[in-house]
Amino acid sequence: MTTEAAPLDTSHDATHEEWHQDTSFQPRANVLGLWLFIISEVFLFSAFLAARFYTTGTDRPDDLNQNLALAVTIVLLISSVSAYLAETSIKFNNRRGFIISLGITLLMGMIFMGGVTFELREAALHFPPETPYGSSYFMLIGLHAFHVVTGLIALLIVFVLGVRGFFGSTNSWGVEGAVKYWHFVDLAWVFIYPTLYLL
Amino acid sequence: MTMLEDSPAQSTGSTAQDSSTETKPRPKARRPFRWVLRGVVLAIIGWATGVALAIAIRGGSPTDEIVVIVAYVFALIGWLAGVGGIEAFGRQWIGKKPQVNTDPSWGRYFGFSIDHKVIGIQYGVTLIAVLLIGGLAAMIMRIELASPGVGVVDLDDFNKIVSMHGILMVAVAVAGVLGAFGNYVVPIQVGAQDMAFPRINALAFWLLPPVAVGLLGAPLLGSFNAGWTAYAPLSVVNESGQILFNMAIITFGLVSILGAINIIVTVITMRAKGLTWGRLPIFTWAAFSTSLLAFTVTQFFAGALVLVTMDRVVGTSFFAPEVGTSLLYQHIFWFYSHPAVYIMVIPGFGVILELTTTFARKPLFAYKAVVAAFLGIVGLSVVVWAHHMFTSGMADFLHGPFMILTEAISIPTGIIFLSMIGTLWQGALWFRTPLVMAFGWLFNFLIGGITGIFLADIATDIHLHDTYFVVAHFHYTIVGGAIFALLAASFYWFPKITGRMYNEKLGTLFAIWVTVAFNLTFIPLFWAGMNGMNRRIGDYPDAYAGANRFASFAALILGASFLLFVWNMLYSAIRGPKAGPNPWNARTLEWLISSPPPTHNFVKEPVVVGAPYDYGVEGSVHAYFKDPDPAAPPEPTTEDVSAEVQDEALAESQEEVS
Ligand code: HEM
Ligand SMILES: [Cu+2]
Repeated sequence: MTTEAAPLDTSHDATHEEWHQDTSFQPRANVLGLWLFIISEVFLFSAFLAARFYTTGTDRPDDLNQNLALAVTIVLLISSVSAYLAETSIKFNNRRGFIISLGITLLMGMIFMGGVTFELREAALHFPPETPYGSSYFMLIGLHAFHVVTGLIALLIVFVLGVRGFFGSTNSWGVEGAVKYWHFVDLAWVFIYPTLYLL
Repeated sequence: MTMLEDSPAQSTGSTAQDSSTETKPRPKARRPFRWVLRGVVLAIIGWATGVALAIAIRGGSPTDEIVVIVAYVFALIGWLAGVGGIEAFGRQWIGKKPQVNTDPSWGRYFGFSIDHKVIGIQYGVTLIAVLLIGGLAAMIMRIELASPGVGVVDLDDFNKIVSMHGILMVAVAVAGVLGAFGNYVVPIQVGAQDMAFPRINALAFWLLPPVAVGLLGAPLLGSFNAGWTAYAPLSVVNESGQILFNMAIITFGLVSILGAINIIVTVITMRAKGLTWGRLPIFTWAAFSTSLLAFTVTQFFAGALVLVTMDRVVGTSFFAPEVGTSLLYQHIFWFYSHPAVYIMVIPGFGVILELTTTFARKPLFAYKAVVAAFLGIVGLSVVVWAHHMFTSGMADFLHGPFMILTEAISIPTGIIFLSMIGTLWQGALWFRTPLVMAFGWLFNFLIGGITGIFLADIATDIHLHDTYFVVAHFHYTIVGGAIFALLAASFYWFPKITGRMYNEKLGTLFAIWVTVAFNLTFIPLFWAGMNGMNRRIGDYPDAYAGANRFASFAALILGASFLLFVWNMLYSAIRGPKAGPNPWNARTLEWLISSPPPTHNFVKEPVVVGAPYDYGVEGSVHAYFKDPDPAAPPEPTTEDVSAEVQDEALAESQEEVS
């Protein structure tokens, strides 16, 4: 053996007698690991939400762009539905449905990001980061946008792999993981939106 | 000599493994540093790209904070890609099979190895190095403090050195036992062949060098002087080194979180047949409980530092005195950092109990209560954070509840003490270095715990807060509780990890030396603190001169003891006598396989049939190895070797060297 990087030992050759732990734990481990990661992220978001209430209570300025916020919220919620459809499609081996739903999800995600970017530029004029509400606003929107972008990158990788023929009903963990993460990004917005716009 | 030889646990596989290591020539390392080199090169390219990009968009110079942040992120990605991320993750993203480093020579320690044993050693060696660097900073501080007035370092530099010392040591205490032994021992103790996510495990380790580089590189940007706690508003207005601190610690948080998730998932999903929760070795329980804390609250430290960073570069005003409030920082920070003290010390509890039962040759006293205590600490430790803020000006009505909750933690902590004492009680104590260290630990942590009560008590804390009393308290708990456990663990698992025995005489000498010198250093500081000496200042009134001179002198002796430790570890790892699979005659799974263990830990499937610590219980067996041949069902055998017999056996093996 040399120092060359070797293929990851996932399938075990049966030529020697050694015991190999069966890999049936892996799907369970993947799901559990992802959930733990999401719980961990929930803590990060709650730290930031707590900071918002601690510094500015439930104050908010009157000149928030409510219509735009409602629009991007709806867009993001739709993207979660299509993401869910993508996941179920691939589990039933429906490749076409999978690709289309995932494409819609990506599109919706990008529209959301566009809307948010526009909002941030507007916000900078009305309540810049120096103001108490502005601090919370930029912090929460920024944190969430960062997660949207990472989510989009994950979905994009899955999309490209999917177009190239990867994934199927027995090999769908990649899709499942990315979609679960996307749901989480959505869920986070469901808390952030009222915190910033409605309370 | 060991239970292996007459029990079915003795698989032919492990002996074969043992002898084969002697005959097989060691594989030669071929270009072992090339992965790290590639990482460094890509990190530099990443850094340059980040700088160029940020300046192209925003203008400014490479030392502007926003530029530093972008460059850091790019450099980090470049580094991870270079050391092996491209093969281990990148390939998968383009639909190819991932690859990892399987170098059989010592070169594997410098590559993206996914073997949890390699990763454990990587953590251990890295963190011991950081411990020594942090120790050097401590020596400089003690030299400065040896006499009143400004001496070798000026007051501003002193604050920077304190901060550097603090954060390096906190990092070692947080990641030391869990990173090194959590990784090395936990998968074996649960009968698994690796962690649940081996590649993420490797990724977590390779995030660690950038943390060290970021912290140690901070002096290039003026260093950071806001203490390891990085309290705002100072951390918002000090020099740019603070930005590197923030980035490094956020990265470090990621290391903790990924590592913790891995341990939790491994323990939940990969336990061997028959390894019920009630049979889990206590160290694994400790690592598991700690991970429950680490994977959640760590986000709060990251969150606090993100807010500081935003105040610095985006212009938000969370901590600006006119608009925001610095109390916010303290709340978020302590919501992590109080639990963090238990992240440091629960693995220590695990180590100490594990080796107490082995060297007392008795079952662990009150096993179930200890597990309950671990989980109780996990629960309680997230609701006591504000005991660090009694003098910060937070609402008065919060003081009482936080005092009472804090004092309630003494109950589970007390249970762990009682378990240790109950295990030692009338045990056939076998005095080996780990046990001697454990006695030092017992004494130190007792003092640390008792002095904590005075700090939790509002009336006394108002006087003691921010004095050397606090400094002495947390050194007794963290050094006494976590670092002593790290050292004890290093001796205890040394024969397993290296296959060789450390030098017992030097080991015991070190254990006594470090315990005595540590106490001589910190006992006088309680006195200084009670009399009002402030912490984190390089100068002090003449009244404290005596105590400080004494402490400084003792500290140098304490520092010197680590030379002995390092020498013993290094020399014995290369020249020590062969240790054999089970020199302590212990019973948990890691001792039933060869030393060092084979690549996949178990040559035959481990099956657990009993409790892990039934030392001296007739006919008890913790685990056996299933023969591939189903016709031969294993039979439990008696295991009751008296301590004296082993003592002799060990003495013999010791003589071979001298
Ligand atoms: C019975 C258990 C304990 C109690 C009641 C207790 C109580 C306290 C209190 C009230 C403080 C704040 C003092 C002040 O700043 O005025 C404190 C500080 C501290 N304690 Fe403990 N403690 C206990 C155990 C521990 C343990 C186990 C550790 C670490 C492994 C620890 C580490 C620390 C640290 C690091 C600080 C100082 C933080 C700083 O200001 O930099 N304590 N302790
Ligand atoms: Cu505390």
